[in-house]
Formats: sequence, structure tokens, C-alpha cells
Amino acid sequence: MSPVLFIVFLPLLAAIVAGLGGRWIGNTAAKVITTGSLFVGAFLSWPIFFSYINGSAGPVVVPVLNWIHSGTMTVDWALRVDSLTAVMLVVVTTVSSLVHLYSWGYMEEDPSQPRFFAYLSLFSFAMLMLVTADSLVQMFFGWEGVGLASYLLIGFWYHKPSANAAALKAFVVNRIGDFGFSLGIFGTFLVFGTVSIPAILAAAPGMAGSTIGFAGMRVDTMTLLCLLLFVGAMGKSAQLPLHTWLPDAMEGPTPVSALIHAATMVTAGVFMVCRLSPMFETSVTAMHVVTWVGAATCIFAATVGCCQNDIKRVIAYSTCSQLGYMFFAAGVGAYGAAMFHLFTHAFFKALLFLGAGSVIHAMHHEQDMRYYGALRKEIPITFWVMVIGTLAITGVGVEGLGFAGFWSKDAILESAWASGSVPGTIAFWTGALAALLTSFYSWRLIFLTFFGEPRWAASEHIRHALHGDHDSPAEEHGDSAHDPHHVPSGSGGYHPHESPLTILVPILLLALGAVLSGQLFHGIFVGAETAPGFWRGTVAFSHELAEAAHHSAFWVKLTPTIVMLVGLWIAWNNYIRDPRAPDRLVEQFPVVYRFVANKWYFDELYDLLFVRPSIWLGRLLWKGGDEGTIDRFGPHGAAYAVGIGNRVTYRLQSGYLYSYALVMLLGLIGAASWAIWWAK
Amino acid sequence: MITLGHYITVAAILFTIGVLGIFLNRRNVILMLMAIELILLAVNINLVAFSAYLGDLTGQVLAMFVLTVAAAEAAIGLAILVIFFRRRGSIAVDDVNRMHG
Repeated sequence: MSPVLFIVFLPLLAAIVAGLGGRWIGNTAAKVITTGSLFVGAFLSWPIFFSYINGSAGPVVVPVLNWIHSGTMTVDWALRVDSLTAVMLVVVTTVSSLVHLYSWGYMEEDPSQPRFFAYLSLFSFAMLMLVTADSLVQMFFGWEGVGLASYLLIGFWYHKPSANAAALKAFVVNRIGDFGFSLGIFGTFLVFGTVSIPAILAAAPGMAGSTIGFAGMRVDTMTLLCLLLFVGAMGKSAQLPLHTWLPDAMEGPTPVSALIHAATMVTAGVFMVCRLSPMFETSVTAMHVVTWVGAATCIFAATVGCCQNDIKRVIAYSTCSQLGYMFFAAGVGAYGAAMFHLFTHAFFKALLFLGAGSVIHAMHHEQDMRYYGALRKEIPITFWVMVIGTLAITGVGVEGLGFAGFWSKDAILESAWASGSVPGTIAFWTGALAALLTSFYSWRLIFLTFFGEPRWAASEHIRHALHGDHDSPAEEHGDSAHDPHHVPSGSGGYHPHESPLTILVPILLLALGAVLSGQLFHGIFVGAETAPGFWRGTVAFSHELAEAAHHSAFWVKLTPTIVMLVGLWIAWNNYIRDPRAPDRLVEQFPVVYRFVANKWYFDELYDLLFVRPSIWLGRLLWKGGDEGTIDRFGPHGAAYAVGIGNRVTYRLQSGYLYSYALVMLLGLIGAASWAIWWAK
Repeated sequence: MITLGHYITVAAILFTIGVLGIFLNRRNVILMLMAIELILLAVNINLVAFSAYLGDLTGQVLAMFVLTVAAAEAAIGLAILVIFFRRRGSIAVDDVNRMHG
């Protein structure tokens, strides 16, 4: 049996056992089974990955089951493994197994741990199905499966109304993307007569330039199909304008944010575009749209990230922004760079999230950075891994030696510049500006959390930890909670504790990945000479583009480093040297601050455009259509008519013999008259 | 000379009294039973009258049957009435409406 069968189906088995039998086998057994299944998967995945690196393995398709045979439509369950899948296998199983392990510590006090671990394993299974999909339908199965798991995990703390709302929002916004994706699959089947990915990719170049009727117009076939599929990617990967669910998804437990909303599920869109890259290559328009959307999201999310105070939301917007990088890399044709950034980002972003989780754990579930400060001495290990994560995301490095983000982000920016197209050039400058902001908000996070004066005393969560009830003096807190900029300093006598080993071990392993993954693997992902041998056609790797990117001008290569240093300097200036500076800036530009801090009013806009009209329409149909028309003339009307009939017959049935006899007599007279006069 | 018309007239009058006795009587059920007897007797007179007039004995045979049935009916009706009186303490027609809807 192929090891990939174990990789994919062990988590499903574990999810079933832990989810349905968790009550009987107990917490520990459920945790061991689920975590164990993912570690087995990780240990099986790495050798597969290395076998593709050294070129000893080719693409493999492992058939599993027959699924749909209907007319010309044939869909079978089959697991496809090639170099692209191998990358995703490694990312998914590694991050997932470490997150499982991390959750041992993080969710230690939760009453429903088997459920949590079952969901995590279910997610891993769906994600693995997605990345090993041999047909678009099977990919859609995984796609919906991860959406379901994401919904369940965001709403894991179902007693919190905000978590339920966030889960619903994630699900509904993703429906829009999935609608586009399913239309894309229908269209693909219509055009190519198959949903098998290799067959589609082989036939795609032949369809370039043809047109198809859509919504009453003639449009370019490949552009239409690619854009429809890309709508799905936008929903899943939280790109403008379908990004609004991702920050809200932070209501879920932190390990979930790390696994699903940073490292794996949200990158499914990037994976899909790369998987279908030969298809996207046939449409210049679609590629330009991908570039524009990626670049716009990249800069948008970066600006919002600068003004968030919730530590998890900062990282969430950072994820959104980094996904923008991956998309515009794919848009300019640098699929290798996109996958490379996906690969490195999985490590350092999971690291940042899990580190943030460790901080939150130490700070008794306080997530607001305004109540942190001076934590570097209290939780030194967390501090150092967070610094490593920040060095990785901001892209610290010199020519030939650097953290993970240095390699992948440089590859993306150089490719964007080297592509030479107008959207590519604009994406380069947007990406460079976003890199500056990335550096700023990432270091702002570090400085606010780990440096400066302790500001814990004002935190409600810390008060609870200290006093164990609500009776703590609340009068000062009332002021500080409503003033976003002036939080009194002081530790309040609270002593944060470093997290347990189950939390620290996964973070340290991820830190290793954040340091080394770029250095070790940049050759196979983006190297102009080495990468084609690794990808071997699974993505439309352009040797010329990689060559041009490698030989781009010196200042292009230097730009990311310069903007990174500028961002660091601004952050240091504002949060270490002069902590009052941000307040003055906010006072100077109140409009700009409000605009950015309110996330460009996207939520409000959608509320106005979609949510309110929907509610209004729903109310109209409910009150006017359902209750006013159908119910009124249907069941309620019938019941009313029966009631009237009842009252009449009730009167008739008086119970008096003589009235019955009278009726009998009248009937007799009637019948006799009829017999005599009419029934001749 | 007493013709067929006289018999039929008497029968019609008896029948009408019987029917009105059922409807207009609000006092007690025995009267109602008696009214039913009257109706049956009116029918019997008709039967016998026509039988004699037509020279056909069938009508008189039928009248004997009707008498038998009427006797049985009166017996059962009175028996029910006795039981009813024991249980309800009244046989006023207006009280007999337990079958009211």
C-alpha cells in the first residue's frame, strides 16, 4: 500500500475515533490517537518530499474508489502525488502535527478536548484530500471539507456569541467564493468534457483564444474559467473583497488560527492557482486580475495590520497581506516563488500564531497588546521565538544567508519586477511598500508585547487571574478601557509564567523551520537551474522569468532589505524611543487613523450593501410573502374556513329530538316532491 | 256512504296530529312515543282502506306487521324511558339533549 493512503486517511480514522468515541476512550486517548496519526503522516511525508527533491520519484496516482460514472462524466477517488503535492503534504502534516501537540498544552483546561482534536484531525484529512486531488470535483470535496472544519473550529467555543457569529461569517463569505469555484468546475466540464486535472491542463492551451457565451455575452473561454475558479481562491484565501471573514475567524482557539487561518487552509487558493497554472497561463487577463487582487490585498491588509491592537488580529491581517504576495507572485507567472512563500510562510506564520498563543496563555487570555509590555524577561523562550518569527516574516538576511521570509519575499519581489508587465511593476512597488508596513507592524507587535513598561494592571483578564472574581476595583479600568491610547503602566502584582513544554516544543521546531526553510530549499523552489528539475511541469515554471529575477538590478534586490530596515526604524522610533509618538500621530491625522483602524470600513460597507438589504428582503418575504400570502390563504385560511363550517354545523346539532325529526320530515318532503314532480 | 276519501282524510288528520305532536311537544317523551303510535296508526288505516278498496289482502297483512312492530317499538321505547328517568330524573323533552354537538 502506498504511504500516501496512510497520510491521508489516518487523520480521518483518528477524527472518527476521537470524535465519536471520545466520551468513552477519554481525553488522553483521543489526543494520542489524533496527534499520533498526524505525526505518522509527517514522518511519511518528508521522505516523499525528499524523493522529489533528489529526483528519484515521479508523479504517482493512487486509485482509491470509484465515485461517479454518469454519461460522459467520470470522477474517481484517486490520490495524486507529485512535487507540488509533496510540498503541500509536508506543510500540512508538519504544521498540523505540531499544532496538535501544541494543543495538548493550550487546550489543557478545556472541557471538550476530544471534540477539538477530532475537528483538527478532520480538518487535516480534508486538507490532505484537497492537495492530493486528481480531479476538480475531489478538490472541491476537500475544499468544502476544510471549510466545514474551519466553521466548526471557529465556533468551537460555541457559548461565545461572537465566535458563533464569526463562524457563520466565515461560512457565508466562503459560500460566495465556492459559488464561483463550482461555476468554474461546471464551466470546465462543459468546455473540456472532463474534470480530471491532468486532462484539463493538457487540453487548456488548445482552448486559448476561443470564446464562450456567458450571461448573454461572448467572452474568452479561458479567461472566464480562470476568473470563476479564482473567485473560489479569493474566498478561501481571504483576498479583497472577500477577506472580511479572516480577521473575525480569530475568535477560534489560537492553535486553530495557526493551522487553518495561517499555515494551510487559507493557502489552498494559492495552491489551486499553482495547480491549475497551465490553465491560467492561457489567459493574460486572468493573470492580470490575479496580480491586481494580490497586490491590492497585500497593501490593504498591511495598512490595517498597523492599527490593530489585538495581537491575533495583527497576525491575521499579516496573513492576509502575505497571501496577497503569493497571489501576485502567481499572477506574474512566478508559481515557484508563490509556492516557496507558501512553504516558508506556513512555518513562520504558524510560529507567530503559536507564539502569540503562548503569550496569551501566559497573560491569562488577554489578547490586547495595550495591556502587555515588558514580557521579554518573564517569558524569554516565547520572546526569542517570536523574534525569530518576526525576523523571518520581515525578511532579514544578506545575499546568500537569511531567514525564511528573506528568500521567499525577495524571490517574489524580484519576479514581479522581472516580469516587466505593468501590473507586475505596480505589484513590485506595492509589495515593497507592504514590506515596509510588514516590518513596521511586526516589530510594533514585538515592541508593544515584550518591551517598555508592564501595562498588565489595567487588563480585566489579569485582574480576574489575580482576584479570581469580578469584585476587583473597576473604577480605573472603566476609564482605561475606553481610552485606546493611555493605559496606565504597572504589573499589578501579576507574574506571567512561561508556557509548558508541550507548547514550547512545537514552537521551537517551527522556529527551526522559520530559520532554515528558506536557506535550505530556495534552490528547488525558485532556482533558475534547479527548480525545473523539481517541479517537472506540475506548475508552469518559467525558466526565463526565474533567470531574469535572479539577474535583476542590484537596487531591486536591495529594496526589500531597505524597506525592512525603514519599517524597523519607524517602529523603534515610535514604540521604544518615544512611546508617546503614535498618539501624537493619531491626533494629527484622526481621519486617516479612523479609516485604517476601522479596516477601511469594509464591514460597514458590506453591512450597508448586502447584509441590510438581505435582512430587509428576508423580512419582506417572511412577513409579506410567507405569513401574509402563503400562510394567510393556505393553512391559516383553510383552518378559518373549517372553523366557520364548524360553528354552522354545531348549531345544527342541537341534540333535541324534535329538531332532528323536523329535518327528517323536511328531507322526506323534499325527496317525495322530487320523486313526484321531477323524477319522472 | 263512507268512501275511500273519508278514510284517507282521517288518516291524514291522524298523521298530521302525530307529526305536530313530535314537533310541538316540549313537555315529555311519552307524548312523543304516543305521537309516533298515531303516525303508525294513520299509516295502518291507509293500508287497510286501500286493501279493502282494491280487494287485495296484502295491505291488511302489512297492517298486521306494522302493529307488531309498533308494539315492539313502544315496549323498547318505554323501557328506554324508564332507564332514562332513573338516571336523569326527568323525561322533559327539553332536557333530553345529551347528543348536543
